[in-house]
Amino acid sequence: MLNVIKIAARNLRRYLRRTILTSALITLGVCAVLLFISITGSFKQMMVGQITDAMLGHLQVHRRGYLASIDNLPLNRNLNEKQVRKVESIMGGIDGIASYSERIRLGAMFSNFTETTNIRLNAFIPDREVKTVPLLADRVLEGKKDGPLLERGQILIPELIAKGMKVNVGDSIVLVANNKDGSVNGKTFTVCGVLEGISGPGGRDGAIHLEDAKELLRIAGVEITEIAIRLKNMALLPEALAALQSALDEFKDKNGNPVFEVHSWEKLSPFYNIAKMIDLMTFFIKILLVAIVLVSIMNVMIMAVYERINEIGTIAAIGTQPGRIMALFVAEGFLLGVLGTALGTVISLISIAAINAAGINFDFGRQSNLLLTPTIGAGDVISIVLIVIGIAVAASMQPAFKAARMDPITALRHV
Amino acid sequence: MSLVTAQHLEKTYRMGDISVTAIRGVDFTIEPASFVSFVGPSGSGKSTLLNMIGCLDPPTGGTLQVAGQDIARMDRRQAAKFRGEHIGFVFQDFNLLPVLTVFENVEYPLLMVQNWPARKRKQRVSELLEAVGMGDQGKKYPSQISGGQKQRVAVARALVTNAKLVLADEPTANLDGETANRIIHLMKKMRDEFDTTFVFSTHDPKVMRNAEIVFTLEDGNLLKLHSNQEGAHA
Repeated sequence: MLNVIKIAARNLRRYLRRTILTSALITLGVCAVLLFISITGSFKQMMVGQITDAMLGHLQVHRRGYLASIDNLPLNRNLNEKQVRKVESIMGGIDGIASYSERIRLGAMFSNFTETTNIRLNAFIPDREVKTVPLLADRVLEGKKDGPLLERGQILIPELIAKGMKVNVGDSIVLVANNKDGSVNGKTFTVCGVLEGISGPGGRDGAIHLEDAKELLRIAGVEITEIAIRLKNMALLPEALAALQSALDEFKDKNGNPVFEVHSWEKLSPFYNIAKMIDLMTFFIKILLVAIVLVSIMNVMIMAVYERINEIGTIAAIGTQPGRIMALFVAEGFLLGVLGTALGTVISLISIAAINAAGINFDFGRQSNLLLTPTIGAGDVISIVLIVIGIAVAASMQPAFKAARMDPITALRHV
Repeated sequence: MSLVTAQHLEKTYRMGDISVTAIRGVDFTIEPASFVSFVGPSGSGKSTLLNMIGCLDPPTGGTLQVAGQDIARMDRRQAAKFRGEHIGFVFQDFNLLPVLTVFENVEYPLLMVQNWPARKRKQRVSELLEAVGMGDQGKKYPSQISGGQKQRVAVARALVTNAKLVLADEPTANLDGETANRIIHLMKKMRDEFDTTFVFSTHDPKVMRNAEIVFTLEDGNLLKLHSNQEGAHA
């Protein structure tokens, strides 16, 4: 086999310009794909990380029907104490769950004593919330950076309201909210920080302590809108979702319908569609690469066979078996694929390192100065390398087969 | 036992509705270690006959046995194997592989056809290159040597596998008179040294005089045989 490779390599060197052009085309294709995968992959990973670690958590449990009316922030679809305890006991039996945070979601009137606007609020127990969505603390743009995220009587206000209503850290504001019976209650809060807005549901909500929300809404006992869950590892998501779903589905109401609904971040965030779109684009970029490799290698190999008909006749006449003639040409395609892939991979890895070293920032939605940190997994590199080399070999099969099947006499007579 | 035996050998080419008969029922035998030439004008069937003897083109009628094997019964792979084991070829245009050195060209059949071990291969190639007077040119590429030298390398390549039979189609057509003469004498010397049968086609009278047995072909028929010694029968 080494001899076949040696002869194939010499034939490639013989047509050096063509070999360089073809492998440059493959190199370009491999670079384009690897850079695209690394940049979009890291963007996707960063956005998913932001969404799950700064806002949603990996999973959320609600009372059935809550999600359909989530825009109204209904208070009559909260989980009661018995239901919350059931969910807590089920979560205790699932290994992959790292932490969870119970939340009340509400809408209120926000007043700085001169102007009023509406605000959506997320109420939670700060230390449990930080364990469940650890990047939430990083979203505090102004205000205290040390100690608990917020204390009773304090509020984290969204960036837009802070700017629009000229509210600063330390100012007093009033929240007025309707409870589920329709009565109105108000409570004064001190602004302890400004929260950076991020894309997606809940990305522009303010935050207060769970006990303050209960006081504002006059909730006695336990009432929870949602339970946000953080898993030990994102890879455990399908397994944990299935376990939780099947355990919670056993609880039915009087009409026989499930009491709870469980959703992964994918169902809760519109970014999931963008992530799917990125995956689709990656797939099409790979198809494009396959087409580039297929066409360029096939073209070169057809040319190679046509130009060497007389040589094919000679080696066939002196007894070279058709399989070995085929191997000689397939080896040329293989080497072209290997050469293009090796160069493409090396250039891509250097480019990725250069992008990371350059520290390129970009904006996405309301978020600005996001740092582009492209990375590429060994699995992605290996799969691209195998695809390109596989296609290179496949593309040389037809011309190689033609060479192997060539009639020696016809080939020897070819001028 | 004869090395080549042809009985009522025929070859007809079909091109659509038209049939062209290139060889018309010829009979001949070639004995081992003979030095044979097929002569005749262009289109007389010399190359067709050589191609059939070389298992490159199956006969359409009669029988042809080479080294005891019926050529007509071989499939593509068997024919390739048979050629690799028993037959050497010398071509009019030398047909050396341009990407291989002189040494590697001679080594090619041992490496890619017969899979000889490296040490034995090197020894055999060196021996053959010395025998054809190219011992010091092994590292050169075909583009770096003359036409006569290329044909010497081609002779070495044909003999390297210990072939019983070497077929040479117009081996001197692309060489000047003196070089052509040297190549014919080299082939004769190789025959003497290795007991290999040489069969070549030519229409050059100077070259055909060197053959010990001459078959004359005309329009696909074997017309006459000149023999300077025993070795062939028509």
